[in-house]
Order: sequence, then C-alpha cells, then structure tokens
Amino acid sequence: MSAYQMNTLEWLESQAMYVMREVAAQFERPVMLFSGGKDSIVMSQLARKAFYPGPIPFPLMHIDTGHNFQETLDYRDWWMNELGATLIVRTVQDSIDQGRVQEEEGPSPSRNALQTVTLLDAIKEFQFDAAMGGARRDEEKARAKERFFSVRDRFGQWDPKNQRPELWHVFNGLKRPGEHFRVFPISNWTELDVWQYIAREEIPMPSLYFSHRREIVRREGVILARSPHVSLLDGERWEPARVRFRTIGDATCTGATESEAASVEDIIDEVAATRVTERGSRADDRRSEAAMEERKKQGYF
Amino acid sequence: MTQLVDTERDLLRFTTAGSVDDGKSTLIGRMLYDSKQIFQDQMDSLERASKLRGEETVDLALLTDGLRAEREQRITIDVAYRYFSTPKRKFIIADTPGHEQYTRNMVTGASTADLAVILLDARKGLLPQSRRHAIIASLLAIPHVIVAVNKMDLVDYAEARYHELVREFNDFAEKLNIHDLHFIPISALCGDNVVESGDRMPWYEGRPLLRVLEEITVTRARNLVDFRFPVQYVIRPHQDFRGFAGRVASGTIRVGEEVTILPSHYHSKVRSIHVGDKSVPEAAAQQSAVLTLENEIDISRGDMLVRSHNLPVIDQEFDAYVCWMDESSALHVGGDYLLQHTTRISKVHINDILYRMDVNTLHREGTDRLALNEIGRVRCTAAQPLYFDPYDRNRETGGFILIDPATYRTVGAGMIRYTTKETLRELRRERGEGQLQTVVSTNISWDQSLITPEEREAQNRHKALCLWLTGLSGSGKSTIARCVERALFQEGIQAFRLDGDNVRHGLCSDLGFSREDRMTNIRRIGHAAKLLYDAGHLVICSFIAPYEEDRTFVRELFPASAFLEVYVKCDIDVCKQRDPKGLYAKAERGEIKGFTGVDDPYEAPAEPELLIDTSSLSEEETVERVLQFVRQQL
Repeated sequence: MSAYQMNTLEWLESQAMYVMREVAAQFERPVMLFSGGKDSIVMSQLARKAFYPGPIPFPLMHIDTGHNFQETLDYRDWWMNELGATLIVRTVQDSIDQGRVQEEEGPSPSRNALQTVTLLDAIKEFQFDAAMGGARRDEEKARAKERFFSVRDRFGQWDPKNQRPELWHVFNGLKRPGEHFRVFPISNWTELDVWQYIAREEIPMPSLYFSHRREIVRREGVILARSPHVSLLDGERWEPARVRFRTIGDATCTGATESEAASVEDIIDEVAATRVTERGSRADDRRSEAAMEERKKQGYF
Repeated sequence: MTQLVDTERDLLRFTTAGSVDDGKSTLIGRMLYDSKQIFQDQMDSLERASKLRGEETVDLALLTDGLRAEREQRITIDVAYRYFSTPKRKFIIADTPGHEQYTRNMVTGASTADLAVILLDARKGLLPQSRRHAIIASLLAIPHVIVAVNKMDLVDYAEARYHELVREFNDFAEKLNIHDLHFIPISALCGDNVVESGDRMPWYEGRPLLRVLEEITVTRARNLVDFRFPVQYVIRPHQDFRGFAGRVASGTIRVGEEVTILPSHYHSKVRSIHVGDKSVPEAAAQQSAVLTLENEIDISRGDMLVRSHNLPVIDQEFDAYVCWMDESSALHVGGDYLLQHTTRISKVHINDILYRMDVNTLHREGTDRLALNEIGRVRCTAAQPLYFDPYDRNRETGGFILIDPATYRTVGAGMIRYTTKETLRELRRERGEGQLQTVVSTNISWDQSLITPEEREAQNRHKALCLWLTGLSGSGKSTIARCVERALFQEGIQAFRLDGDNVRHGLCSDLGFSREDRMTNIRRIGHAAKLLYDAGHLVICSFIAPYEEDRTFVRELFPASAFLEVYVKCDIDVCKQRDPKGLYAKAERGEIKGFTGVDDPYEAPAEPELLIDTSSLSEEETVERVLQFVRQQL
C-alpha cells in the first residue's frame, strides 16, 4: 500500500498540473504570467511537465516594470529558451509613454501599482481569457481565501463576495463576455514547498536568490539594493552588505535580507528556521494593514 | 540537510468549523503558535491590531481572519486556507465559519478534507452548530472526525463532564455515517492537549490533538479499488504519440492492464504511463498522469478510462443530496441547470425534490425548492449519461456542481446517492409498514476480493445464478427444487438449494410468522443466497415469499441477469388437497394464524421470468421445463 502514498511535493505537483490542464482545456486563450521570481519559475517548470512530451500550449507573459534587476531579465530569456516557451513582454514604460498611467513621484517611485494597467491592457490586446499567476495562499491574509479559478469583471476587478465556491476538483471556468479569469495553480504551496521543489527538480535559479555582496540602503526596516531607480533620502548612505532576495520584483520595493545562504539547500534551511514571512520584507505591503486586499480589488495579481 | 527539510512528509487536509465564541480561531492560532508557525512580523501586526482594539493580551484568533469586512464585524465569512507543518506532516486547514447561514462554506471546506475537527464547548455541550458540522462531515463523507471538547478550563477539567459529552455525541452520531471518530478534551486558550498534553487532565490517557493529526493514517480517504480516469486533455505532439492526460480519480492502473473506454465501450491495453517527463509502471489515485494505449481509439475530454470488470454506474437519472449555494435564486422542481462532473459538463433537469433536510436535526420535510444553505434530496435527469459511483464510495466520481446557465455562477453542490431505480426501492421500503431495517455498523466497509466473479465463472465453467421459486405451500416448490438441484449437480454444476424449513431451523430460528419476522426471514435468506451466488454457485431457493415487496428486495440484491424468478402456480384447492404437511388443515382449524392462502394473502408475481402451473402438469414435466429454462441461462 505504501507504494501508493504520495508525499507533499508529489501531491502539490499533481494538483498544479491538473489545474493547468483544466485551464488549457476550458479556455480558448490562456496565458501564464512570468515575473522572473521563484514562484513563476516553479510554475513554468510545472507547465512543462504537465504537457510533456508536448509543448506548453500557451504563451508566457512578462509585465516588465522597467525597474527590474538585469539578472532577472537575463535569466528570463535564458529560461524561456530552456523551456522552449513563447514569451510576450509588455512594459510599464510603454503605458507611461502612451499616457495610460502616471509615474509616482518621490525618492523611490514604485511601478508596482502601475503594472496592473499594463497587465489589463495586455489581456485586452491579446484577448486572453485566463491568466495564470504564481500567487500562493500562504503569502498574505487576503490571499488565504483566493480561489484557484478567480473570476474578474470587465474591469479586471476582484469582488471577494462574488467568487465561485470550489468543491472537490471541479473548477468552473465558464465565463460571460468581458469576464476573464485569474488562475493560481500553486495556491496550496508554501515558500518552503517551493524551495524544496526547486531542490528536487534541480532547477537553476537566478543569482539574486543567493547570498552576494551588494550596496544597499536601509529604509524603515527594509533593505533596498542600489539601483538607478532608488535615490537616497537625507541622512541615508549606500553601504555594502551580504544579502539575498527572498522575492524578486520591482527594484524599488523588493527588500533584500542579510543572509549567508549560498545554495538551494542553505535557503531551505534558512526558510525553515526563519521567523519573518517573505512579504515582511516588501515595502508595498506595509503601507496599510489591508494593502493587499485593496490592490487585489483593483486587479493586481 | 536538516530534519526540517524532509521531503517525505505527507499531507493531511482537515476542516474546522465554528462560530464566534466557541474558540475555533483560538484553537488554530494555538496550533500555529505552539508549533512555531507564527512569524515575527505576523506577531507584530497582531499586537498592533490587538492594541488598537484596546485588548491587553494578544488575541490569537486575529491570526486567522483575513478580509477587512470580517475583521470589522469580527466574523469569518468564507473559507480560508491555512498552512502549517511539523517535522512529521504538512497540514492544510480549510477554516470555515459555523453559522447556519454559512452551510455552503462548510460544505465547500469539507469537500476536500480528509478529516474534520468538530469543537464542543464543554459548558454548553452539543449545540445545533456542532450537530450541523457533524451532519455535514457525514454527508460529505469525511473519513475521520475528531471531536475536541474545548474550554475544559472552564469546567475545572472535570472528567465526568467530558464523558457525559462523549456519550451525548456518540448517541447522536449513531444516526450518521462517520467511519472513524475520536474525542479529545482540550483547552485552546490554555493549551491543554493541543500540542502538549499538559498536567491538568491526568485522567485523559490519549494523545493531544496535534499528535493525533500527525499520526492518523489517511490512506482511507482515497479509494484505491475502483480505477476511474476522467480524460482531461489530449496531448498529441506528433503522429507517434497520443497521450491522455488526467488525474487518476480513484484506483490504480499498471502498464499492460486492460481498460474500457466510456462512452464507446471499446477495449484497449495501457501501453505506457507518464508522470511529467518520467515513464512509470503504475499510477494511483490523485496522481496526474498521461496514459497511452495500444490501439488507436478516438478519445477526447470528458471520456473516462475504467477497468473492464469494474465499471462505474452509467446512467442519466440519479438522485443526490444537493446543497444550494446561491443567494439570488433557489433550486426548484422543473429547473434546468448545467452540471459539471469530473471533466464533463451536461445539461440537467430537476425532476423532483424528495425532501429538504434540516441540517441541525436531520428532520425531513417536503418542499419544491431549496434556498441558500439548504440541503435536500433531489432527483435529476442529465442530458447525457454520467459515469459515476455513489458518493459514499467515491467522492471524486460521486460529487458534482450545478451551474446557473445564465450567470455561470456555481449555485449548488451535489453528492450522488443512487440511481433512480434504487431510490424508488428505498422509498418503497420506507413507506412500508414494518420497515426492512438494515443497521449497518459504521465500522464496516465492503472488503474487495482478489478473485473476480468472471474468474470464478471461468473456473466453474458456468455462470452463477439465483433461481427463486415462489408459490403457495403445497404448490410443489420444494419437490421441483430438489429434483432440479440433483439434475444440475450431475451435469457438473455447482448447484445448492436453500429451503424454507431448513433455514428456520438455524439461520432464522428466532423468527416467527408476523409480517415483520417474515420480512426479516426473507432478507436473511436473500443475503445468504447472495453470498452463495458470490461464491459462484447456482442457488435454488424455494420459499413461499408471499409479498411482492420482499421479493423485490431480494431481486435487487442481484444483477438483473442473475436473478430468475419462477412462479410455481397452483390452484389453492389443489394445494389444500395435497397438503403434504397437514398445515392447511391446521390453519383451517385455527391452530395456525396468518397462514398464506387461508388468512393471509399471497401476492402473485406480476412478471416472473418463468411461470409453471403445477395443477395441470406432471412432476417430471415441471422439472424438465425448469431445467430447460435454467440451461438456457447458463
């Protein structure tokens, strides 16, 4: 009987592959979002396995804020080639140039909120009816109630009261004109699961995740890396530190942590022993207690 | 690598339900806190929130409620999923509110759970809410239930109170379908028996809650017997590869095994099985796999691969428990919906609502509609046949959702009970005066043999059958049965006869001739015959069995083609004249009461497979006719 036992990773992998196949089967024009972070890397690896030996039957799309670390972009192009996947890139800069959005002002203008508009424009441009994202329910309180298949109205908005109940493994992807879906195949994964899976699958990861020396500035408990997009405030100075990133996003708000973890195994040990959630180092969530819920209602991932 | 990164941990999904003040959120907070799953920044934000509300100590309950509306009203209104792990296991909690208006959330949370934790307040005992949660756990077929008797600190950790509540719950649970039930006295607030035992309840010898959650065996949540593979997606990268992607809903499959494809009923063999980029020899329930077959057969999404000797029910009509989940409409008789079941979507029509069930008391009441949060027993007809199993046996192929065809919202969840034919039988039985009570112990499940009926038939070189002779006393049943048994035996057939007088010496020696006892008599004989039939025999039964209802009960124990009813017809006066045992004479003198044909009716079979009139035929002729008939069926 024990041969039929599944461990946690096998079970999570099986569920994620099932969800992706449901998306491929139920929707006409699905897309998978790719940010360059560990969650979307794992998700794209799962997509490769779900349809093997066939190709991934949908494109991947990167919404580039223009504030990405160069390492992220290099990795992205290399990994797409490895996967044999089709990549679409849409940039926040284009949305700014077209006057669709306005850049934030201040010392570290974040484009995190702006990318929502770029994303919705791209969904409209390609008429995507389902966009898969790597969000996990354990990340943040507002995500604990997110569905696998999350229906959005024609403005991309999420109405927590109008979400469909999800029972067993039956996912209702029927949509009316104008509606589209966000789908989260790795909803049930935790940060530790993600890293254990990376170790199991031996997925090469971007260098930003591993401990390295870099110039940083400490601001309100968040460690920001030196980049052209972050300017110093009065009394601040750049200082060297050994850091790594637990999440990879916009350079203006993705905080680093001081760490000596130089391998995936080190990271797993660190994550397993850590006392701060990964979003704890993100400046965008700290703005208010219900910050994530507000942004989700606007159409953020 | 450290112990913390052990990847061989398995997963347990459990559900909790509770209202504002029964301590559920505190319990979850306590498990997260004591198993060191709360992170520093979560703790900080918790302290900020508690302080804002003017509370002195950190409120663990705040950890588990998410959305702003909920925080403001201090209630949880949806299903929230929580994650934590210990060195032994990873846990996913489906945390749901417990109020009646959130029945749909409880049903949703329960649909994927292997285990339910039901909270009782030690002071208040069994409230409607605890009953409701237990009823839903039973309806949704959650295999394991733990009853946590909480707030033991408020009853001075009294052992007597705990046992009183255990008894009360056990009495109530007898009416439910719960396979595995545990009780634990706890105090979520003080931490007794949550993660550690503590020393305040030395009289409790069991394990603390978290230990039970870590150690309980969860394989029985999966059906590993009935192979069902709903095809999700066809992978065809080139001419030489045609793979059928899906998640094994239940059972197991190995390379080389024969499968039947539904709905075409074509047969093929499994050529290869792939999980991701690896070829594997077999796949089991819950695994996402890709199967290739030996033959080129046209298969698409919505088809199902099954084992040729273990088919699901294939039917358009069925009856199900439905929980209605929509605020703005009600399920009504005559309504049309979309039904999503495994990987298929079909139109479905609501024929009838048999009753609405009160989720606090199990009480049934008639209705023609089901509103939000109501659960009822519903008869439906789908536009195409579905391939299903009863939900009790297989949650994956027995559960479905209902979708509003206009809004596409998910409006209902259904759990299939029976095909319509079986339902009608059940209702007929319930309407009958003396019910055929079948008390099935909750600790018994059907044990599957390693030998298939087909293998037995092959070895015996004949089919198994049940030949049921019914007729008045003195009509000649026993004589025919004895002769037929002898003749068939000489032809090498495993024939065995069950006789009315014989069973009343042992198996049924405790029974008299009241309506109720006669029913029980026939039920026992029916099951005995079924066991012999399962053993591969040709069973010959000769019983008066005067009531149609009882004979129908027996008939439906068997597959349709394996039960042959022979009506041994004989004029009552001829029977009285023969009166081989002198019984008619006794009955007419009033020495026996309720004798069939004298002062109790005989309901003649309306459609027997064979009718023989012994008043006009000789013994040899009747035996020969029966033999001819049986040989045709073998």
